[in-house]
Amino acid sequence: MFRYLVRRLLQMVLAFFGTTLIVYALMFAGQGDPIQALAGERPVSEAQRAYLTEKFHLDQTGVGGFFYRYVDYVGNLLRGDLGDSLTGRKISDMLAQAWPVTVKLAIIGLLVAILVGVTAGIIAGLRRGGIFDNATLALTLLVLGIPTIVLAPLAQYFLGVKLPLFPPTAGSEPSIYALLLPGIVLGSLSLATALRLTRTSVAENLRSDYVRTAKAKGLPIRRIVSVHVLRNSLIPVITFLGVELGNLMSGAIITEGVFNIPGVGFNLFRGIKTEDGPLVVGLVSVLVVVYLVSNLVVDVLYAVLDPRIRYE
Amino acid sequence: MQVRRLAAWTALPLAATLGLAACGSGGDSGESDPNATVSVQIAEPQHLISTNTNDSSGNQVLSALFTPLVDYDEQNKPYEVAAESVTSTDNVTWTIKLKDGYTFHDGEKVTADSYLNAWNYGAYAPNGQGNSYFFEKIAGYEDLQSTDPDGDGPQKAPEPKSDTLTGLKKVDDLTFTVTLAKPYAEFKTVLGYTAFYPLPAAAFSAPGVIKDGFEDAPIGNGPFKMKGTWQHDAKVEVERYDAYPGEKPKIAGAEFRIYQQLTAAYADVLSDNLDVDVTVPTESLSTAATDLGDRFQQSPASSFQFVAFPTFQKEFSKPDVRKAVSMAIDRDEITRSIFKESQISARSFVSPVVAGYRDDTCGESCEFNPAKAKELYQAAGGPAELKITYNGDGGHKDWVDATCNQLKANLGVECVGAAEPKFSDLLTKVDNKQPVGLIRLGWLMDYPSMENYLGPLYTTNGSSNYYGYSNPDFDRLVQEGTAAATPDEAVKKYQQAEDILAAEMPVIPLRFGQNVYAHSTRVKNVEVDLFQVVDMTKIEVVS
Repeated sequence: MFRYLVRRLLQMVLAFFGTTLIVYALMFAGQGDPIQALAGERPVSEAQRAYLTEKFHLDQTGVGGFFYRYVDYVGNLLRGDLGDSLTGRKISDMLAQAWPVTVKLAIIGLLVAILVGVTAGIIAGLRRGGIFDNATLALTLLVLGIPTIVLAPLAQYFLGVKLPLFPPTAGSEPSIYALLLPGIVLGSLSLATALRLTRTSVAENLRSDYVRTAKAKGLPIRRIVSVHVLRNSLIPVITFLGVELGNLMSGAIITEGVFNIPGVGFNLFRGIKTEDGPLVVGLVSVLVVVYLVSNLVVDVLYAVLDPRIRYE
Repeated sequence: MQVRRLAAWTALPLAATLGLAACGSGGDSGESDPNATVSVQIAEPQHLISTNTNDSSGNQVLSALFTPLVDYDEQNKPYEVAAESVTSTDNVTWTIKLKDGYTFHDGEKVTADSYLNAWNYGAYAPNGQGNSYFFEKIAGYEDLQSTDPDGDGPQKAPEPKSDTLTGLKKVDDLTFTVTLAKPYAEFKTVLGYTAFYPLPAAAFSAPGVIKDGFEDAPIGNGPFKMKGTWQHDAKVEVERYDAYPGEKPKIAGAEFRIYQQLTAAYADVLSDNLDVDVTVPTESLSTAATDLGDRFQQSPASSFQFVAFPTFQKEFSKPDVRKAVSMAIDRDEITRSIFKESQISARSFVSPVVAGYRDDTCGESCEFNPAKAKELYQAAGGPAELKITYNGDGGHKDWVDATCNQLKANLGVECVGAAEPKFSDLLTKVDNKQPVGLIRLGWLMDYPSMENYLGPLYTTNGSSNYYGYSNPDFDRLVQEGTAAATPDEAVKKYQQAEDILAAEMPVIPLRFGQNVYAHSTRVKNVEVDLFQVVDMTKIEVVS
C-alpha cells in the first residue's frame, strides 16, 4: 500500500508539470493582445503599453519567448510565487480568496448528489419497475437534458425572485443557506447521473448469487441490502463521485456567474476573457491537483469497500 | 501622437439616449432615513487611483471618496465644487483657487500641493498611469515622457528628463496656476474628470511613489471615506465623512457590490437585495417596465454608436457610396425592435449631451430612403458585397445582422456580419489593413465637450480614428476651436467642422445611448449621470 501511494504521488508530480506546460502553451498560443484585451475598447496609451509590456515580459514572443516565460513561471512557482495577474493583483491572494467558497459550493453540490441521488437510486433499484422508479427515470432524463446555462437562471428566477425561498445571489461571504440553491443547481447534474448509476447497480446486485444465499440462510432483508448489496453497488458510484468533485469545482463557471459567487469559475471566466495567462494557469494548476488527489482517494476507497482489491 | 481615451467603456453597448432624465425617481412619499446605507452595483474596478482609473466602476467608487474641482450642471456646463474659482485671461495660464475647509479623511488639509503631487505622478510616463494623456495639454508634459529606443525590444526606455510638469506652479497654500502648452478655452470643463482629483501626503511613501496598499484603501477629500479595504471581487464599502464641508450625503454609507454578470445584479434588484442596478441587461429590457414600474428609469448618457468606413479600402472612397449605405438603414426600426427604445437613433456626429449639439446635422444622408439609396448606390458604383465587422463579445450580433438584412433588402447587395472574438482582434485586423468592410465602433466621452468627440474620432491623428479619415480643413477647424477665446466661439468652429463630416460621411451615425437603470423599493432620488455614475449625495433611503 505504501509503495503504491509513493508511486502514485511521483506520477502526480509529472502529471502536474505536464498539464501546466500544456495549459501555458495553449494560453500563449491563443494570446492576441492582452494589453488591449484588458483595456476593452479604450485606446491604450504608449506609456502604459510600454509599462505593462515590461512588467509582464510581453515583449518576448515566438517559441523562444514561450520557453523564456514558461521557465520563468515554473521557477517562480517552485519558490512558491504564483506571480501577478495582469490586473496587478497577486495570484496567490486571488486563489486564497476564490478557493474556499468554491470548495464549499462543490461540497454542497456533492452532498446533494449523494444524499438525494444515492438514496433515491437505492429506492428505485429496490423497487425496480415501480412508480417511483419510472418517475425518477423521467425526472433525471429531464435534468440531464437541461444544460446548467438554462437551469441556473431559471432556478434563480423562480426560486429566488418570484418565490423568494432563497436569496437570488450569494455574494462574497455567503451563508450555507445562500449557497444552497447554487449548490443544488450545480449538483443536479451529478445527482441525476449518481441516481441512474446507483439504481442500475443495486438492481443488478439484488439478483446476484450472494443475495440469494443470504436470503436462503435467513438474514433479514434490511441487513442484506445495507451491508452486502450497498457495499458492492457503491464502487461505480464512488468512482463517479470522486471524478465529479473535480468537475464540480471547475465546472462552476456558469453557476458562479449567475449567482455572483467570486470563486474559481468566476475568476477562470475573467482570466480567459482578458487573456490573463498567469491567472488561468494558476487556477488550472490547482484544479489539476484537485483531480489527481480525488482520483487517488477514490482508488484507496476501493480497497476499503472491496477487501479483494489490494494495491502493491 | 495624440492619445486620448474613452472613459468607462466597460458596460458594452447598452445605454444611450436623451430623454426622460429629469423626471427624478421614486416620488416623494416617506421621510428619508439618514442612518441607512445603500448598495450599488459595480463591476470589479481596474484601479482605484485617480490618475489610473478610467472604467465606470472605478469612477463610481472614487466619485464617493473624492470631490472634483468642478462638476457639471443640468446643461453640462462646469461649476466650481472644491475650487473657489477657475479663471484665465488668455486661456493659457489658468489660476485655480481652492475652497478653504476641505480635508482628507485622515485629517490633512487639502492644499495646492495635494493637486500638484497627484498630477505630476499621473503625468510621469514610467508610472504607466492610464489617465496620463489628460495632462498632455499642460506645459512640460513631453519632458515627463520617454520612448523605448528599440520599440518593444529588450532595451529599457531612458528616464524622462523631468518628473514635474513645468506648467504647474504653486502660488500659496490654496492657489496654483496651470500653464498650458497651447491656449484651450474649455480647460475648466476637463477639470471635472477623475484624473484631476488630489492625493494626500499619506498616499506617497516617497516623493513620486504611491505607497503599497494605498489603492486598497484610498484616502480622499469627498463626502464618503473608506470603511475597511477594497475587498476584491466582492465589495467596496464607504461611510459618511462627517467633517466634509460640502453638500452632505443623505445616507450613512454605501456598499459598492461587485457583480460579474449584469443578470445577477438585475435578479437582486428585482427582489430588493440590491438598491441600485446601474445597467439593466439588454435581455431584460422588454420585461423591466412591467417588473419594476417607475423604478426602471432612463437618463442621458454620452455613448455614441456608429459604423465606420475604412479609407484604405478603395470601394468606399466615394462619399456617395457612404451616403447611400447610410440612407438604406432604418435606424428607428432597429432601436425599436432590438433595443426596445433604450437607445435613440443618431443623426448627428456628436452626442446630444454636449454644448453645441444640433439635431439632424447629417441631413438627408441619415434619412431612411431606400429608393434613393439604391439609385445613389448604383450610380456611384458601390461594391456588390458588404461586410460589417464587429467584436463578438459585446452583444452586437443582433443589430449588426438586422442592419445587414436592411442593406440586403434596400440596396440589393450581399451583406454579412463578421464577428471577431474581441475588440483587440478587430483592431489588429484594421491595423494590418485587412479587408474588414464596415467597422462597428462606439465612443464614450471623457468630458462634455464637442471637441471630445470631434478630436479623437475624426481628426487625422485622433486616438480612436482607426479608419484613417483625414481632412485638413476639418483638422484646422477643430484646432481653431480649441484655441478659440471663449467656449461659444469654440462651438461655432466645431459646428463648422461637423458640417464637413455631414458632407463626407466618414462614419454612419447609428445610435446615442442612454443609461437604463433600476432601483429597489428602499431608495429614492436615484440619478445616474452622463458617466454612468450614481450621484451618491442625492440618493435617499425611504424610512
